[in-house]
Amino acid sequence: MTKRRSLISLLSACLAISACATLGDGDASRVDLIRKRGELRCGVSGKIPGFSFLQRDGSYAGLDVDLCKAFAAAIIDDPSKVQYRPLTAPERFTALKTGEIDLLSRNTTFNLSRDAAGGNGVSFAPVVFHDGQGLLVQRNSGIRSLKDLKGQSICVGSGTTTEQNLNDAFQSLGLPYKPIKYQDLNQVVAGYLQGRCQAMTSDRSQLASARSGFERPEQHVILGDILSKEPLAPLSSGGDQQLSDAMRWVVYAVITAEEMGITQANVDNKLQEAQNNPDLTKLRRFLGVGGDLKKKLGLSNDFVVNVIRATGNYGEIYNRHLGPDSAVPIPRGLNQLHRDGGVITAPPFQ
Amino acid sequence: MKRKRFPWLEIVLLILVLTLVGILVNNLAVNLIRTGLGLSFEWLWQPAGFALSEHTLPYQPGDSTAWALLVSWLNSLRVIACSIVLATVLGVGAGAARRSLNPLLRQLAALYVGLIRQIPLLLQLLFWYFVAFLGLPSEPMAPVGALISLSNQGVAILGLNLSVEFSAVLVGLSVFTGAAIAEVVRGGLDSVPKGQWEAFRSLGISELLGLKKVVLPQALPAILPALSSQYLNLAKNSTLAIAVGFADLYAVSDTAITQTGRAIEGFLILLLSFLALNLLINGGMQVLNRIVVRPAQRT
Repeated sequence: MTKRRSLISLLSACLAISACATLGDGDASRVDLIRKRGELRCGVSGKIPGFSFLQRDGSYAGLDVDLCKAFAAAIIDDPSKVQYRPLTAPERFTALKTGEIDLLSRNTTFNLSRDAAGGNGVSFAPVVFHDGQGLLVQRNSGIRSLKDLKGQSICVGSGTTTEQNLNDAFQSLGLPYKPIKYQDLNQVVAGYLQGRCQAMTSDRSQLASARSGFERPEQHVILGDILSKEPLAPLSSGGDQQLSDAMRWVVYAVITAEEMGITQANVDNKLQEAQNNPDLTKLRRFLGVGGDLKKKLGLSNDFVVNVIRATGNYGEIYNRHLGPDSAVPIPRGLNQLHRDGGVITAPPFQ
Repeated sequence: MKRKRFPWLEIVLLILVLTLVGILVNNLAVNLIRTGLGLSFEWLWQPAGFALSEHTLPYQPGDSTAWALLVSWLNSLRVIACSIVLATVLGVGAGAARRSLNPLLRQLAALYVGLIRQIPLLLQLLFWYFVAFLGLPSEPMAPVGALISLSNQGVAILGLNLSVEFSAVLVGLSVFTGAAIAEVVRGGLDSVPKGQWEAFRSLGISELLGLKKVVLPQALPAILPALSSQYLNLAKNSTLAIAVGFADLYAVSDTAITQTGRAIEGFLILLLSFLALNLLINGGMQVLNRIVVRPAQRT
């Protein structure tokens, strides 16, 4: 008996030790690790239609998911080699910091305390969706602005900046309120629909996407009050310049492609055009014909072509998941190109 | 008695265990440094910046995170203490009913225990909250006159106002743990020799009195240890309150962790808080053990 018990403890000790043995990959960039593995591990939400949502066939789809594909296309030349990890809001930074995922593309708000080395110390790519926190109320409730919510219960999800913004907005107006806090958005929605709260709060995009699943969406309105700026961006763990540069320029690539009118459908024609006409220097540089501009990033010179083939340009990605014909139509507003009156723009590929 | 030998095996095991602990601690330290996280508890004294839906002590979003954690710990304590009382009443009632002479009572108790023990607690909590309590009308209804008022905005019993979140966690935890306690009580009652039951029944003593004076005192030594472990389970299960929007310790630490990014410190505080809570319960049970069981054994 003693013998068997010691054998079991010995075995479990060995198991525990071997489980700890996958640590410390030195100072090499994560990009090399991703290439060696042949697969990108991308943290997503999986629960927000339009951004990342599990489809009937078991695949994920959405704007955040397309960005994962774009990163995979740029780093390992294959947009399908992505392993999606659905994460809750509180889990996401720990998963990123411990290296369980390579990068996070999960409706994450870019702010100082997350970016700074003394805070979460992560590294943000450019903003891919400019959002703002809003409030959803019943159309017939008579609630028209924040002031009407004085002393009322408001359903809110935990572990997000949402809670803090809600507090900032109400505190600055001197209005008391009661937060009813749930762990995830589905419960927030259930609490709101069951009448526990007079309003629910989240990013306006998420409110729109949640409302699209309601039985009678037209009976609910998003208030005009915008509680916060929510610039959503993909991010990687800090201190890995090669990876964060690669992510930054992949995002700029899809934006620049929209500016230059390069789409998933015409990218191969454009490439041919660039190869045949040496005078199209800007196009040649962008698509990686000649020169070695992209090698500076540690990516292949034609990574832009791979990315556009995989996902199309920014406008195409947006319309696919959030456009007027999609399941979650959200007006483009701030997310239009700068020349169209929005704030989406990219520095030059030079 | 075997011949004494040099304890090679024990020494090897001890070394192995110590090495393992060392590796784990070292791993933690190395990785904290590698990811630039380093332990720090300064954030505890920063303003929390979030409101709490219920609090027994005065609390403002401008108060420190430490204060928010303490207030939420008291919320946890409150729901745990109330649930322990309610679960014990339910459990003892149902456990005794399973050994009752009344067949209807026996069947009902068996049904309760059977049903509740087969369903995960999280599911039951979600049911109590989203279906039972939030399914109530928004205008208060008073089924028993002025004693109780029920609505999906809150519950009032004898003028005592409870939030629906608190009520759902209280009922969920009590009903779930009550079923487990019923089994503990039944086991305890079964440990009393059949002759004791027959003895008091043949003397014409009523069931209730016989249970109280004859059977329970003898069953308690078997019941109490298992009972305290049920209480500890109840305390730990209370963390599921986050699923139904109750501002307990776990829910509030969860928010604090995300706002500060201090996961390891947050979990350390959680660990210590629950350790304190469970030591409290354990201590209480040991006192009870001493008061109740020893005199009973002496007789």
